[in-house]
Amino acid sequence: MTDRNSEEQTRLGVVVSGSLTRGVEVRLEPLVSVEDMAVGRYVAIEGAKHRFFGMITDVSLETVDPSVTITPPDVSDPFIAQVIAGTATYGKLRVLPMLTIGGEAASILEGPQPAKTVPAHFSVVNLASQRDVEVVFGAEDEKRFYVGTPLDMETKVCLDIAEFVKRSNGVFGKSGTGKTFLTRLLLVGMLQKNAAVSLVFDMHSEYGWEGKTEKGYKVKGLKQLFPSKVAIFTLDEESSKRRRVSTDVVVRIGYDEIEPEDIELLRQTLNLTEASAQTVYQLAREFGDRKWLEAVMNLNEDDSKQLIGRLNIHDSTYRNLRRGLENLRRFSFLVPRARENSVQRILEYLDRGINVILEFGRFDDFAAYILVANLLSRRIHARYRENSEREMGGEVAPSRPLVITIEEAHRFLSPEFSSQTIFGRIAREMRKYNVTLLVIDQRPSGIDGEIMSQLGTKITCLLDDERDLDSVLTGTSGKSELKSVLSKLETKQQALIFGHAVPMPVVIKTREYGTAESYKELGFLEASELKRKTEKDLEDLWA
Amino acid sequence: MKQIRDQKSKIKGGFGKKIGEVVEASSAEFVAQCYKLDEAPPLGSIVKTQDNLAAIYGVVFDVETHSLEPGRRVVARGENLESEEDIFKANPQLARLLTTDFKVLVVGHVEGKSFRHYLPPKSASIHSFVYMCQLEEVGTFTQSMDFLSLIVNAKIDVPVDEVVAACLRHACQAHDDRVAFMVKAGKELARMFSGDANRLNSLLKRIK
Repeated sequence: MTDRNSEEQTRLGVVVSGSLTRGVEVRLEPLVSVEDMAVGRYVAIEGAKHRFFGMITDVSLETVDPSVTITPPDVSDPFIAQVIAGTATYGKLRVLPMLTIGGEAASILEGPQPAKTVPAHFSVVNLASQRDVEVVFGAEDEKRFYVGTPLDMETKVCLDIAEFVKRSNGVFGKSGTGKTFLTRLLLVGMLQKNAAVSLVFDMHSEYGWEGKTEKGYKVKGLKQLFPSKVAIFTLDEESSKRRRVSTDVVVRIGYDEIEPEDIELLRQTLNLTEASAQTVYQLAREFGDRKWLEAVMNLNEDDSKQLIGRLNIHDSTYRNLRRGLENLRRFSFLVPRARENSVQRILEYLDRGINVILEFGRFDDFAAYILVANLLSRRIHARYRENSEREMGGEVAPSRPLVITIEEAHRFLSPEFSSQTIFGRIAREMRKYNVTLLVIDQRPSGIDGEIMSQLGTKITCLLDDERDLDSVLTGTSGKSELKSVLSKLETKQQALIFGHAVPMPVVIKTREYGTAESYKELGFLEASELKRKTEKDLEDLWA
Repeated sequence: MKQIRDQKSKIKGGFGKKIGEVVEASSAEFVAQCYKLDEAPPLGSIVKTQDNLAAIYGVVFDVETHSLEPGRRVVARGENLESEEDIFKANPQLARLLTTDFKVLVVGHVEGKSFRHYLPPKSASIHSFVYMCQLEEVGTFTQSMDFLSLIVNAKIDVPVDEVVAACLRHACQAHDDRVAFMVKAGKELARMFSGDANRLNSLLKRIK
């Protein structure tokens, strides 16, 4: 096959059968090798009235006569091999028509429209040209952010960031498939396009200052690339100092900020029984919502006995609870009284349009992560909610859209907890209060189906567990076809994007991140260049 | 006669060697008698005959040498002679008593100035001359492979596949790129024999 980049159109074959739901079948031309085809690649189908844009979802080998498979012809003879190819044996593609380009008024005015029919019999199928892909995914502009290129093409696939942040989104993939790199790119996109501010709960401290590739190379975090637009908050000052990260704020959380719901959420991680989690509510009633934790932590043996006698709590339940709560003592960021209100500080930064990345340092276990992320998000969400209610009353300007990034999302959004955590509510409420989620997870089947169905755009790297695949693709049209594409992704730098922010599902080779060139493309200037630019700006100013 | 010659001169390709004369004709085939004993065109070669209406093209599918009188069988005569030629020297009458016929399957004709790869409206005229086609003409006629279906579907006593293979071997000499021609023909056959892989295999082995 000739180089498809140099040639505008490469004819692959003709449509021979199919349906809209299953996709159309394309008989390959004899000269086109099945080995040159790949699932996930784009094709353009020239129908009689419309031009269709579709994706290859399956490649198969066919024979006209089944006896060929029993007594194969002597293909070692090049003549026989040449004759047989495309006649007695041929290749077949299954193509899912996704969009129609041009041909009708809506399509000309508003761009590609979802395909509602299939091309006629024997419509010619070509490999999609660079131009076709550009028409479908748009060029990079103030709203669209370049996230990668389609397989075997140079064209940029752009994500409509303004649309992207309007709903909660998900990044999925097995561990080591590039979720973190993808997320970094998305965060940069949101930051560059000014579509939203981000609050990142950075469990492994890899987004803020510096991360590492699997091979051990260091990659710059957001703060290094955009120092004026990113603030690093930390729970563990010492760890940040050791890593020579310049942090902006050290977060401390007072005991008074922990509510009974937070403990219930930690039931599994703190190894609490159902009964002891319920006891927390009893204690909160006894001591007050803000004081209970401090009070319980400071109870001595005798006072405890009196307390459980009075409240009629079983001794073993109380012991189980105390043991669990004692675990909280190892979190040095939890203090009886916090000097400053962390939530307030975070909100101040966010209001100024500065993205906040909260590093967990050595507290990278689930207990700390769930506790802090849930606690802070709940408060921040409440403030946003308040603000948007005031906005409805015409008192204040609408707040900047906020995207909260959480990792290991199945811990928060499992069917068991999703109704209790704030994240479950945010995902369901969507953009009503200008707060959405960016969910990062390696086990999407652990996330409540209701939440999964609310995610606007899903970006998934390789997944191979059947349940994970099913869960990610729930409610997507062409599910079984996309499943075959998804399970065949490469383990590195490839992802399938589908949903609200792209006109059709697209498999991309993720944009480069981590090389000097890639930083430059993202708008990062080395110190010397920055100095030169500043000098030039000054000159321009005074000239 | 002049009319026929004028008509002939219009046909592309001119005329090859005159080899015989039509002695029996039907819509789908004709039998021609050779002017010289044992000088029939090879199996599978493309010949043509011309009358004042059209030129008819055909593929030789059977050659037979026999006694002119149906009741007289040919007997062996060379027991005491040195060579086969001596038989004819010793019996000069033999050349007059025997004849070579060849049967031709009609595979197309010329209408106006273009080739039609289907049966002509009228069968070949009795006593019209039969010529070998020149290579150039064979090349033009076999540009399209549509004539193959007429051979493949013919009801003849000779194995059809042998005739097809012989015809293609003959025709490929008229093409510059013989391999491309054979591949094209092979693909046409593969489509025709799509349900019979074994037959296709053996046929392909005969034409490569």
